[in-house]
Amino acid sequence: MSAKPVEKIVDFCQGIFEDITFAKARQWKDAQPGRKVIGYMPVYVPREIIHAAGMLPLGILGGGADMEVIHGDAYYQSYICRIPRSTIELAITGKLDFVDGMMFPSICDVIRNLSGIWQIMFKDKYVRYFDAPQNFKDEIGGVFYSNELRELKEGLEKLGGREITDAQINNSIAVYNENRDWVNRVYDFRAATPWNAPAAEVYLLMRAGMVLPVEEHTQLMKDYLEAAAAEPRPMRDNCRVTLIGTFCEQPPLNLIKSLEMAGCYIVDDDTMLVTRWLLEAVPTDGDPIDNLSKAFLHHSAETAAKYEVNLEEKGSYMLESIRKRGADGVIFAAPSFCDPALLDQPMMVHRLEALGIPYITMQYAENSGQMQPIREQAGTFADSIKLWSSS
Amino acid sequence: MNNSNQDVIKSNSQLLQKEMISRNYDRITSGQFKVSSTFVPGNLNELLMCFDIANNLPEINAIQNAMRKKSGDFITEAERSGHSEDVCTYVKADIGMMEKGNIAPNGKPFPDPDMLLLSYTGCFTFLKWFELLREQYKCPTVMLHVPYAADGKVTKNMRDYIVTQLKEEVIPTMEKISGIKFDIDRLREYLRKSAQAENDLVWMLEQSKHKPSPIDCYFGGVYYMGPIFTAFRGTDEAIVYYKLLREEIQQRIDLGLCAQTPEGDMSEEKYRLVVEGPPNWTSFREFWKMFYEMGAVVVASSYTKVGGVYDYDNFRHDPDHPLESLADYCLGVYTNRNLPTRVDMLARNVKEYEADGLLINSIKSCNSFSAGQLVMMREIEKLTGKPGAFIETDLVDPRYFSAANVKNRLESYFQMIDQKRRAGGSATVAV
Ligand code: SF4
Ligand code: SF4
Repeated sequence: MSAKPVEKIVDFCQGIFEDITFAKARQWKDAQPGRKVIGYMPVYVPREIIHAAGMLPLGILGGGADMEVIHGDAYYQSYICRIPRSTIELAITGKLDFVDGMMFPSICDVIRNLSGIWQIMFKDKYVRYFDAPQNFKDEIGGVFYSNELRELKEGLEKLGGREITDAQINNSIAVYNENRDWVNRVYDFRAATPWNAPAAEVYLLMRAGMVLPVEEHTQLMKDYLEAAAAEPRPMRDNCRVTLIGTFCEQPPLNLIKSLEMAGCYIVDDDTMLVTRWLLEAVPTDGDPIDNLSKAFLHHSAETAAKYEVNLEEKGSYMLESIRKRGADGVIFAAPSFCDPALLDQPMMVHRLEALGIPYITMQYAENSGQMQPIREQAGTFADSIKLWSSS
Repeated sequence: MNNSNQDVIKSNSQLLQKEMISRNYDRITSGQFKVSSTFVPGNLNELLMCFDIANNLPEINAIQNAMRKKSGDFITEAERSGHSEDVCTYVKADIGMMEKGNIAPNGKPFPDPDMLLLSYTGCFTFLKWFELLREQYKCPTVMLHVPYAADGKVTKNMRDYIVTQLKEEVIPTMEKISGIKFDIDRLREYLRKSAQAENDLVWMLEQSKHKPSPIDCYFGGVYYMGPIFTAFRGTDEAIVYYKLLREEIQQRIDLGLCAQTPEGDMSEEKYRLVVEGPPNWTSFREFWKMFYEMGAVVVASSYTKVGGVYDYDNFRHDPDHPLESLADYCLGVYTNRNLPTRVDMLARNVKEYEADGLLINSIKSCNSFSAGQLVMMREIEKLTGKPGAFIETDLVDPRYFSAANVKNRLESYFQMIDQKRRAGGSATVAV
């Protein structure tokens, strides 16, 4: 074994990331007859229920930087973000043919309407638009959401041809609690010593969690942390930033690398929020639907697609991330034409301005190629932060 | 055209509507009423009336400003203050207007709203729009989350959720703001009136089945929908308006007239279209003119369903089930329907109104309408055998209306229809 452990782990993740045929998920499915795979899009679905059904939740985050979109442009106008067109491209070129069902969370009208396109184009597949409540009271939004979760459970029972018991869901909740715990440890580790866990590595590690069975992903994170801690890397004179706006269409990996190369350690971000959407461990006894519902209502992350009931609380999740991770500033990186990210941004900016926290804004598409302007912008930002903090 | 001069010909119903709209602006700006802002889809006008709260609709303000050629400056102003070029221009026209003094079309300043009724129905942007306004006005904001009818049907869970929010959140907030106690019988009375006007409205929509069609159901349709989509659903005035409109349309049918336009009656109806998507407002008249000059009339459109769908599944507000019927109304607005339902609705329109095809006006601003329209077009072409066409404009941003492009596209489309006719089969000529 010549490769260092960290490098080996990262290479493994990179392989998963680059493979748009989802070979790992196909292998999982083929390993036993009758297995089913459920694709899901950002920002959050309760993967515990899919897992409890014995199915593999598969995160679909578009086609990435390298996939050529040939047909997808015939499906979407130029002024719509890129993720739906590359996702359609994946589907019509057969890369999702093994996926038995798709879940479309209530994040924006593009993903919402994509659920309708799926209904029209892939009539033999299970399609679930997953509506999460915008009312966070147990007796109002909670009742609605619990019923939605039950409907989801029933849909998967029908698809899988077997009942999903409470015990099975509770067991899956425990499995995902552990996974979230390790995700948080990776994020803590990176925030403490970002030079030892470059953002691109952490990103790839989390991307692997979109494809691998959860248990394998948890093990992978344990291995990574152990390897990364054993392999200290030189600390650079970088500033520390939180990256916001990347919760749906993904920034190219090069963009993440460019930011760090330009002098900005990413100490927190909002990519793949599904991995840490629930902020506390979900109880593993009692009524699992009720527990998942309460976790969503009372202990879940904030993002642009979620209504903030109190004006004073708007942006507090971001501010807490800045505080907890010790960020010096914020980089708002939003996908072009992304309503949630771009409409939310002015409000976030107002919160930062009120506190004198520096920020910059930029836009990308998942296939953006030109990184030079981004490097320059981030480099100037890093310099100004350093100057500002030393003055 | 029967009328060659450029003066706009207005019927009695149009004059009445104009008066109604200006009366509503006077009411909003009078300082004598509590004011709520809310949206056209999921507009709970009857409920607001129960509390004597005036209804201010920012989308309508944006349209008014666009038609007065003011929206461009407002949008630039909003972009200057940090709003992205890529987002819905209704929002930016509204925010820009606020930043430039917030003057209503009657020349008086808009008062700050006493509440924001965030009817979250059919459009994601609504959620952010009112969060942005709340930041400015710091007034009570009440969310009414309307689940998306993703499987083409309304479930008990969806309806119950809305009714509970009405009971526990929306009504108590309105009581508190207005100081008026909720009276369900008052609501029933308004809903009875709504249903009455809605009957005439549906009658109106269906008259474009005539050949020639006595009305244009897109450009003309947006006027006809005005009262029911805004602050008049549930009022006697709306009943009077739709009765008058009905009489006028009946008269047009009796006289065999083609659709009415700002320049008089069309002399000939050459093409019958179904249109999907909102119109462009900054060049509304010019846009419309391209159609009637080429002899094209719109016989049905999805935009006339954006504030409520009354014909497709025959929904009416129901005084016997007041809150449930408000819930069903919100759930049923066009943009809250899934794509297969939209396709079915429009394909049926093409067939039942004997249209030559479907034209999509795709709006840069609006993902709620626009995302998926290309798939819809192909589906509808398949289902009807009629050709579709696609044009692109924006709502209230003058930068995105290219008259030459739109005109070219329309001309090619009409040529295509002609060719199809010559090839036989799909002729629907009515002269
Ligand atoms: S990138 Fe933004 S607009 Fe596009 S699908 Fe995702 S959330 Fe919606
Ligand atoms: S996105 Fe579309 S539906 Fe929503 S406010 Fe803008 S124009 Fe209206």
